[in-house]
Amino acid sequence: MQEENLMTASIGLNFADWLIIALYFGFVLGLGWYLKRFTKNEADFFLAGRRNSPWVAAIAFLSANLGALELLGMAGNTYKYGMYVAHFYWIGAVPAMLFLGLYMMPFYYSSRIHSIPGYLKLRFDEKTRVLNGISFAVMTLLVSGINLYAMALILHTFLGWDWNLSMWISATTVAIYVTMSGLMSAIFTEIVQFFLIWFGLFLVAILGLVEIGGVQELLAKVPASYATLWSTSADASQNGMAITWGGIILGLGFVLSFGYWTTDFLVVQRAFSARNLRAARLTPIFASFPKMAVPMIVVITGLIALVLAGDPQKGFALLRDNGQINYDSTLPLLIARYYPHGLIGLGISALLAGFMAGQAGNISAFNTVFTYDIYKSVLNKNASDAHLLWVGRVATVVGVVLSVGTAYWAKGFPSIMDYMQAIFSWVNAPLFATMLLGMFIWWITPSGAFWGLLAGMGTSIVMFLGVKFGWINSNTLTLSSQGSDMAANFWRAWWAWLICFSLTILISLFTKKKPKEELVGLVKGLTQETALDPVPFMKRPEFYAILSLIVLVLLNIYFW
Amino acid sequence: MKPIWYFVGLLLTAIGIIIFITGIYYYFVPSEHQTVLGYTHPDIWWGAIIVIAGVLFYVVNKNKIVE
Repeated sequence: MQEENLMTASIGLNFADWLIIALYFGFVLGLGWYLKRFTKNEADFFLAGRRNSPWVAAIAFLSANLGALELLGMAGNTYKYGMYVAHFYWIGAVPAMLFLGLYMMPFYYSSRIHSIPGYLKLRFDEKTRVLNGISFAVMTLLVSGINLYAMALILHTFLGWDWNLSMWISATTVAIYVTMSGLMSAIFTEIVQFFLIWFGLFLVAILGLVEIGGVQELLAKVPASYATLWSTSADASQNGMAITWGGIILGLGFVLSFGYWTTDFLVVQRAFSARNLRAARLTPIFASFPKMAVPMIVVITGLIALVLAGDPQKGFALLRDNGQINYDSTLPLLIARYYPHGLIGLGISALLAGFMAGQAGNISAFNTVFTYDIYKSVLNKNASDAHLLWVGRVATVVGVVLSVGTAYWAKGFPSIMDYMQAIFSWVNAPLFATMLLGMFIWWITPSGAFWGLLAGMGTSIVMFLGVKFGWINSNTLTLSSQGSDMAANFWRAWWAWLICFSLTILISLFTKKKPKEELVGLVKGLTQETALDPVPFMKRPEFYAILSLIVLVLLNIYFW
Repeated sequence: MKPIWYFVGLLLTAIGIIIFITGIYYYFVPSEHQTVLGYTHPDIWWGAIIVIAGVLFYVVNKNKIVE
């Protein structure tokens, strides 16, 4: 493919574009103000009053993950790796979401916890809760800060906006509306973001397909190794991601996916806001349907950019930074290519909404974990509900300020962007082993969980640093003579999970077990199945899970 | 409170109207900002689609209240 520094011009905005952007900012602030009158206590602030319908919770559940960084990054990754990126949305998400809804949500929801670390406290002990609470809080602030940094960078690169101004305006807006009404305003803005992203960015894919001549023409024009999902996965040298099916299934499909979708409080918190257990179980299951549709934006636009860049007649090329291709420029450059004024404002608002909703999601998860799993758990065990509500609001402002600090840190050390890709495998992959064992095996002990989790997190970090600084050959991790950074991420997650899983079992065999009566409601086998409202099969979570699974299988077969 | 779908309807309608009107304006007064496939006027038809979606959300939810 040809990539030259042909397009470095920023996208100019006119009055209509600015009007739409201003409308969006005014709208989210207005929403926060409107919702404040309904935020009367800590349950309203941290759990959105537990009043949401399954579709509201489901779209928020999906949108919390569908940030602009994800959209830009995945469109760029498709340009780099090809259609294998769709695995992130299909096998790398759907089975885990269905598992969460069918098997794990009853334990989470019925124990009336405020957070995932809260479950660890009930199932194991305080130290496991605090370990996870602190690691999650740090991870969340880092992600939030990097999100902010990436947003400022993109606005500066493509729109020429002032770096500091755009970051502070966005951060202040998020701080204001989350402080006013907590999780509810975060969820409302995530739903607004969902629609802005679809209406604002799907048109890029439509116009790209019109220019190229349709989906079949698009697939025919990209290299064969970039146009399939599984048929080239037996040999890592035959596909764009340089990974085998083993890495996809074990690393992405099992550990990373289940680790993220079933234990990351950022997304699971949205399901906790559902109005009853059936709605909470339906939340990730409903979310799996729009999740499977996201490649219609990111994968198609990435492939469109690949085809356009390969045809000199089209005059399209990604930006270059210091000679390196800037893959994240895929989506903004396509917006500049196809969108007239007005639509540009919508496209930019969609990206801004993605960034700000992503930050709001991280901050609302942070304030809950900080308030319950660090402040109330360690610093002030007797805090009243009213005091916790105040702490949550303060934590929101402090969290935003710390995020801004992280963003400035990222600006000074751009390489920490690389580390961000690995953070999920540090925190979530071993946590999934702890959760899986804790929820399904009663004799797993608090000591086993704590030391297993610590060892899993530690080894994941050591493996990452080992490869980064050349202490470990990445081929040793990937069990292959070839491998991309992405493949190394997948395999590192698998090894971290396996180490945590094995050590937790081993240590549990020799340490003191909790009495069975303390585990009722927390462990399968010791818990009476929760009686749901008698509803027809077609309204039950199992029915929608089967439907989702059928769609998943058909998609994989079609693009095999 | 009003359901979120009501607010989604309001925002989409407002944005759709701005894009649609901008598209109509540029139909008669062509913009200097030329785009690929600009002759299909995506601002007009996509703006109209957004307005229709927004109005549907608004009308269906304008009298609904959620506890």
